[in-house]
Amino acid sequence: MSLMSNLSTSMTSSSSSAFLAPTSFNSSRTQRVSVPVKSFKICKCVSTPLEQQQTDYKTKVPRNSNIAKLQAGYLFPEVARRRAAHLLKYPNAQVISLGIGDTTEPIPDVITSAMAKRSQALSTLEGYSGYGAEQGEKALRAALASTFYSNLGIEEDDIFVSDGAKCDIGRLQVVFGSNVTMAVQDPSYPAYVDSSVIMGQTGQFQKDVEKYANIEYMRCTPENGFFPDLSTVARTDIIFFCSPNNPTGAAATREQLTQLVQFAKDNGSIIVYDSAYAIYMSDDSPRSIFEIPGAKEVAIETASFSKYAGFTGVRLGWTVVPKQLLFSDGFPVAKDFNRIVCTCFNGASNIAQAGGLACLLPEGLEAMQEVIGFYKENTKIIVGAFNSLGFKVYGGQNAPYVWVHFPGQNSWDVFSEILEKTHIVTTPGSGFGPGGEGFIRVSAFGHRENVLEACRRFQQLYN
Amino acid sequence: MYKLLACCSMASGISLQPKMVQASLGVQKQGNGHCTNVPRNVNLEKLQNNYLFPEISKRELQHLDKYPNAKVISLGIGDTTEPIPEKISLSMANYARALSTAEGYRGYGAEQGNQALRKAIAETFYKNVLIRDKEVFVSDGSQCDISRLQLCLGSKVTIAVQDPSFPAYIDSSVIIGQAGDFQDKTGKYQNIVYMQCGPENNFFPDLTTTPRTDVIFFCSPNNPTGHAATRKQLQQLVEFARDNGSIIIFDSAYAAYITDNSPKSIFEIPGAKEVAIEISSFSKFAGFTGVRLGWTVVPEELLFSSGFPVINDFNRIVCTCFNGASNISQAGGLACLSSEGFQAICSVIDYYKENTKILVNTFASLGLKAYGGVNAPYVWVHFPGLKSWNVFAEILEKTHIITVPGSGFGPGGAEYIRISAFGQRERIIEASWRLEKLISNEKALFNSVENKE
Repeated sequence: MSLMSNLSTSMTSSSSSAFLAPTSFNSSRTQRVSVPVKSFKICKCVSTPLEQQQTDYKTKVPRNSNIAKLQAGYLFPEVARRRAAHLLKYPNAQVISLGIGDTTEPIPDVITSAMAKRSQALSTLEGYSGYGAEQGEKALRAALASTFYSNLGIEEDDIFVSDGAKCDIGRLQVVFGSNVTMAVQDPSYPAYVDSSVIMGQTGQFQKDVEKYANIEYMRCTPENGFFPDLSTVARTDIIFFCSPNNPTGAAATREQLTQLVQFAKDNGSIIVYDSAYAIYMSDDSPRSIFEIPGAKEVAIETASFSKYAGFTGVRLGWTVVPKQLLFSDGFPVAKDFNRIVCTCFNGASNIAQAGGLACLLPEGLEAMQEVIGFYKENTKIIVGAFNSLGFKVYGGQNAPYVWVHFPGQNSWDVFSEILEKTHIVTTPGSGFGPGGEGFIRVSAFGHRENVLEACRRFQQLYN
Repeated sequence: MYKLLACCSMASGISLQPKMVQASLGVQKQGNGHCTNVPRNVNLEKLQNNYLFPEISKRELQHLDKYPNAKVISLGIGDTTEPIPEKISLSMANYARALSTAEGYRGYGAEQGNQALRKAIAETFYKNVLIRDKEVFVSDGSQCDISRLQLCLGSKVTIAVQDPSFPAYIDSSVIIGQAGDFQDKTGKYQNIVYMQCGPENNFFPDLTTTPRTDVIFFCSPNNPTGHAATRKQLQQLVEFARDNGSIIIFDSAYAAYITDNSPKSIFEIPGAKEVAIEISSFSKFAGFTGVRLGWTVVPEELLFSSGFPVINDFNRIVCTCFNGASNISQAGGLACLSSEGFQAICSVIDYYKENTKILVNTFASLGLKAYGGVNAPYVWVHFPGLKSWNVFAEILEKTHIITVPGSGFGPGGAEYIRISAFGQRERIIEASWRLEKLISNEKALFNSVENKE
């Protein structure tokens, strides 16, 4: 039975009601839900061998000891499991999901019609295309370069189109291999740490400090303006840095990023800069690490159409690996990344790429900005609600995430209480690392009425 | 033979066997260029060449540079050419349009795939072998799944591959750190077991002489040889895996091309669920090479030595290093598995099968030993005594036809050329004609059976 809790398809939809959809493809939204596991402080993935007594046979293949180091399921499926369990308990609850950062608003017509057009063209002789270049379609790479990196000296062949930043992070880890060390912000997007563990770069998880041995955790708190004190950070080969930050919402200033680039240069490190939320920036903080002089020799940048264009399900992103970025022996990192892209991947879907190209036309950019403006307004509303309740609130200016402080409280407990009492799903800060303890991440994606209703419920709970 | 070699060296001054020239790449470092202190991944250093298919593309481009007006026909990379049936592409178009509506918009999907699609895959391909939909993981294709499986298994397992085999098995193994060093003498990686598959053993390895490995990659119908393993052979394989406590990774990407009674899934063999994973793809099935959709089956019964279910770890990788196949592609996949869609796809497959027949007949008529072509869209042609890259180059130079040299698939592919049967009918016919002309005119060079002493 408990195996099911690991296998149940994660319910990652953020909508609180089941939509009737035009095709049967969309209508199947019920999931096989898990039996709720006992409440505990750290969310544990219960993994018991299925019916071992009935199946005596075991292979002689040893389990990958790196995966065995992982403490629990990946964070977001865990949150989804909790949501599903909650729905089992309260089948009529109007659950509002401000947990998993999943976009909710329809994709603008100009973009979907390009994808529809490409789909239908695949049924014609002239329009059919088979394998595309693994690095991405030329036109899209060129459009990405000119839209986001013009005047920064990043060229179209520095850009690798992908099926998303999460997948790219995994591929970058495969490039780097198990013999590199890495640093992450604390708190940070869990894929950096988890992929590092899987790759064998880390030691065991240390329960007392809730950190993996061998990873350098760079604490980011309100006290240090969510930028690590680099003078206390040990050298590592790789530094993951996300700005605007998931989960804290902090956007690093030009000065901070200049420090970071200098730090990387001095230490001979490589920055993996995650710019997935750059388009949510409200001030003039750098959108790309390559705005900082010298960054091309020390940084890789990953980005995604997910939160830009609502492509969370369509799957499209990109990674920039400058030609100037070299390993210690002078070998270009881009060549190894290219090799991984050609061997372990086969290109993003051609239909998704057609959508991406439409996103970058003037009409597409304008339409995207409108949807993003909508989510930014949501963020304002949520920030306002928590502020008015007297909470210390961070983020929300440059990212669609609000980082709310619950001093002295266990974040999974707060998560559970909010869920139980208001039927709102959030994300517990400790899921992003020990530095997230005492915080809750509230994501601002959602239909306006849901966001407003959620704020009303927060008012009720905390007044 | 000498004449051929002379021709080839005249044709291109460079070495024909592609070798990644590493030294010159270091020169990229400019005068005041900064090198990081990050060591290069030693596993990537072990790779000998570029991945095979980009290398073939490169040769094609070089050839087109040289002969800009040449009418190049590609029978190289196995890329589908025929349009996707309308019902399927319309489904994808409709799904895309629906993403602009409140009711039809979807965000993140389940990483394991859309529930309806998983169910349809289980029911279409695994109905009688009791694979459950929760054991089906939808992906963006087999090449990606192979690497995710390697990531799941880790660097400490040993693998066996058929020789020749689809290069992603070996390359991903090297990348993840399982393979050890490349040995120039044998053309093999130290820790990989190469299971020779040739006409002499009916393209099925002699398992009595095969050392135990943790994992066995097995592709049937086979790329590149085209051989589909018989039920008996697969029973042997399953038994071998069971006796050795090994895991078979069974690649069934070409199952739809089977024309005889060969098993289409490893799970047709009793006991396979406890020893095998199956990977498959919509690429060659539905022309989805660019759309990107595939699946992997990991039975719940498959356990590591500790008793821990493999499916749990695969699921963890899928949730952490992947975020699901494109929802539009998945809508297309579901349409493929509707009865109308499936029928339309079978017509396209029949078209490629007819292409294959034409190519098989061409080589037969020339007296060359050509294998495969019955259960797969590949013809595996033997050129005894000749180096496959040389034959590749000669064919390209003289007929403007791209093929794939057999040694790109492993040392067991030396002396063979893989001809893929994807392409428009007229081009296949044209290619056949050009090949006939070349090979019959240069009988001595190509050593056809008629000329053997």
